[in-house]
Amino acid sequence: MWKYIGKRLLQMIPILVVVAILIFTLMYFVPGDPIQILLGDSATPVQIEESRARLGLDQPYIVRLKNFVVDLCHLDFGESYMTGTNVGRELVTRFPNTLILAVFCVAVSLVFGIPIGIHCALKADKLPDRVWLFVTMLCSSMPSFWLALMLVLLFALHLGWFPSNGIGGWKYFVLPIMANSIGSVAGIARQTRSSMLETIRSDFVTTARAKGLSEKAVIIRHALPNALIPIITIAGGHFGFMLGGTTVIESVFSIPGIGNYMLTGINNRDYPVVQGGIIYIAFAFAIMMLITDLVYAFVDPRIKAQYVSGKKK
Amino acid sequence: MNNTDKKGHLSVRDLVVEYRAGGETVQAVNHISFEIPGGRSLGLVGETGAGKTTTAKSIMRILPDHATQKVEGVIEYDGKDILTLSETEMQSVRGGKISMIFQDPMTALNPVKTVGDQIAEGLKVHQGLDKAQARIKAIEMLNTVGISEDRADEYPHQFSGGMKQRVVIAIALACNPELIIADEPTTALDVTIQAQVLELIKKLQEERGTSMILITHDLGVVAQICDDVAIVYAGEIVEKGTLEEIYDHPMHPYTEGLFGAIPELSKNVRRLSPVPGLPPDPTNLPEGCYFAPRCPYATDECRAKHYELERITGSHYVRCIKQEQEG
Amino acid sequence: MMENKKTDKKAGKVKSSKPGSLPYVWSRVRRRPLAMTGLIFILVIFILSFISPLFLKYGWETIDMKVRYQTPSLTHLLGTDELGRDELARILYGAKYTISIGFISTGVSAILGIIIGAVAGYSGGKTDNFIMRCLDVFQAFPGILLAIAISAVLGPGFTKVIIAMGISGMANYARMMRANILSIRSSEYVEAATSINCSTGRIILRHIIPNAISPLIVQMAMGIASAGLQASALSFLGFGVQAPTPEWGSMLSSARSFIRDYPHMCIIPGVFIMLTVLSFNLVGDAIRDALDPKLRD
Repeated sequence: MWKYIGKRLLQMIPILVVVAILIFTLMYFVPGDPIQILLGDSATPVQIEESRARLGLDQPYIVRLKNFVVDLCHLDFGESYMTGTNVGRELVTRFPNTLILAVFCVAVSLVFGIPIGIHCALKADKLPDRVWLFVTMLCSSMPSFWLALMLVLLFALHLGWFPSNGIGGWKYFVLPIMANSIGSVAGIARQTRSSMLETIRSDFVTTARAKGLSEKAVIIRHALPNALIPIITIAGGHFGFMLGGTTVIESVFSIPGIGNYMLTGINNRDYPVVQGGIIYIAFAFAIMMLITDLVYAFVDPRIKAQYVSGKKK
Repeated sequence: MNNTDKKGHLSVRDLVVEYRAGGETVQAVNHISFEIPGGRSLGLVGETGAGKTTTAKSIMRILPDHATQKVEGVIEYDGKDILTLSETEMQSVRGGKISMIFQDPMTALNPVKTVGDQIAEGLKVHQGLDKAQARIKAIEMLNTVGISEDRADEYPHQFSGGMKQRVVIAIALACNPELIIADEPTTALDVTIQAQVLELIKKLQEERGTSMILITHDLGVVAQICDDVAIVYAGEIVEKGTLEEIYDHPMHPYTEGLFGAIPELSKNVRRLSPVPGLPPDPTNLPEGCYFAPRCPYATDECRAKHYELERITGSHYVRCIKQEQEG
Repeated sequence: MMENKKTDKKAGKVKSSKPGSLPYVWSRVRRRPLAMTGLIFILVIFILSFISPLFLKYGWETIDMKVRYQTPSLTHLLGTDELGRDELARILYGAKYTISIGFISTGVSAILGIIIGAVAGYSGGKTDNFIMRCLDVFQAFPGILLAIAISAVLGPGFTKVIIAMGISGMANYARMMRANILSIRSSEYVEAATSINCSTGRIILRHIIPNAISPLIVQMAMGIASAGLQASALSFLGFGVQAPTPEWGSMLSSARSFIRDYPHMCIIPGVFIMLTVLSFNLVGDAIRDALDPKLRD
């Protein structure tokens, strides 16, 4: 098992390196001059040349790429063009905020989505089901940034229950998490519903009924565990969406996370910031995928058998 | 109305089951009636789609709710009509008094629970055993069906098809039911394994004196195991009797077709070939005899009127005009 | 810029429709009132987007500082924005962007994905491996971030954002197409076709594509909705279509600063985004139900 984890971690490295190269190359081609933005309109050509040389921006692509990759291997993400601060340190400070946001969004989507999905499956095609199907579709259609604004309008400005931006305690995360996770709740609810429906109609559920178990026992002990297995993988995928979504949400709520950092970086042509941010996010995503696969293997004995070195039967 | 008090005696009378599929009504079971005296086994024989499994599921009351439109008739067991029992009462019947062995062992078991747990579950419900006691009995059952006890904590995917079916049998018999319904228990298995599993079922049935309904399309299997036979076609019984009665003197043209048999010289001498054509569309059954479109002896009278089951001799019944013409 | 997917649908007769064919899909979609409502909404608002300047009293770019920040009234049905421009005119004019970016970028993603997936699936071996690794890299981080990065490279603008979204969204279609090709390739009827000397191109055209198309169409139908959302998110963040063009996302972005005093400016564009995406979802759902073999009678 540990061998498998080790293998996966090693497989991650080349992908992260290629991602790094990809984003570096993209940033290389972004039009606009970071130096201009940094120094402003009043800069003299001499100042511009000096700054350019200092930041290494006068070197050819290959040299810059080499330096970048070498630095990366030492986990050195460089310094921000704009502020000169160490990008790595900044990322470490900001990462927890983004991570908390993404993880809690997934948690919320599971906590609310799964019960709704089960409820709909048990009442399939009847009125509650139809209503929920429409509601979930409505929720999936809402832009998260607009919902964020609406939540701020109601809960922050009108009712004053929660703050509208920044961080400083759990209250600051409530509205952002609500806004970002609504689409995910809807998605998980629908997936749970269809997974439950499929499971309820399978043969082993009929066997369970034929044993004389109460309907409740059949649903909870037999149908549900099997129906939730595919949801694990889906939740892992949703984590990726949440990571992308935090970029928008952090912007609306002024949360100092990685998404916000990267956006500012792109607008200022602050390449090291963007590069560092993307690598962090890709890494977080890859780790989450690994965790998802491990949980999946833990829960489904058929998969577990493939990973544990076989005991003779 | 009196002897259903005897252990394992089942009386099905005028069972009607309709499904709803694609906006149309499927007449799956059309007035089926039969009796199984305690301790005897009945073979329900027929093609796929004839209504055998539906009948079985009606007895167990595990028909798919969302698709079932109508269930009528009387299924009498242990002095009560199963179709009128409450769900709670039915739950103590299922697995406790009447058990079912399913057709496809590959999908009949819960993939994420151990084999031992799945057997023990019924024991806890029906016999009130606690976890430890149930486990001991579950292991006993595994031994009875020929599986070694150190496999009790393994998962279904670790067993072969034949072994899985043995587990299914263990689950069905764990709580000592009085009636077993075996729905094509060997159809999904290799021929070599089939014989073993059938042997096992027969042995357990005889040892425990349980009644049995064996659903199959294989006449050879019926001959090995069953005491009585009922031939099902298009949702109704077209012929029934003891094994000897049916196998020695098949009377209904469909039964004859199933045997591919040559009738006796003293009877109508036309030679039969394997039954051509397909069973009728259950959403659109013919007016007269359901078998008339495929019957080599069909007359206009057959096509006009739907015939009843008539007794020939002993316990031998046939639903056919033809038998009027013979002795 | 005109998309023509919807106008291709014919009102086919139910009885003789072959499942999976266009008339069949249309007849199934027609039976669902919600889906039809969604379809009509999209069509109406799209058409209005083009012809509304002809009959509306106020132009979408007409600035009038005297009537700034007005809430909805009889003169300005949806109110005015921070420069006194009529919200209704701007909303209607801007509809075409969200709708067409959603459609076209999905189309671009699908076409790119189909080509790449087909190449990977049909070549096999090293080419296939290489392409799959590339897709792995593409999918190693959230799609919207890739769209933002590519958008930054290409610059702002309507066509640029379509390309950015098209590229960033193609990975799913590529994987799907490849999986379809792999499974069909090894199926017996393709072997049979090859054995009678059927040319490769003919095999692809006559056998592989018709079978692979159905799940792809379902994916596209559902994908248009998320593309629409992503398009407005991108302009909200400042990429893609820029002000003063009244794309709904960028309208929301400029309305942010006025949320305290003039909330109607924040509410209205978002409502329209939601209704449009909802319509896409309803129609997509109906198409999926029509094409999904598991749900067929």
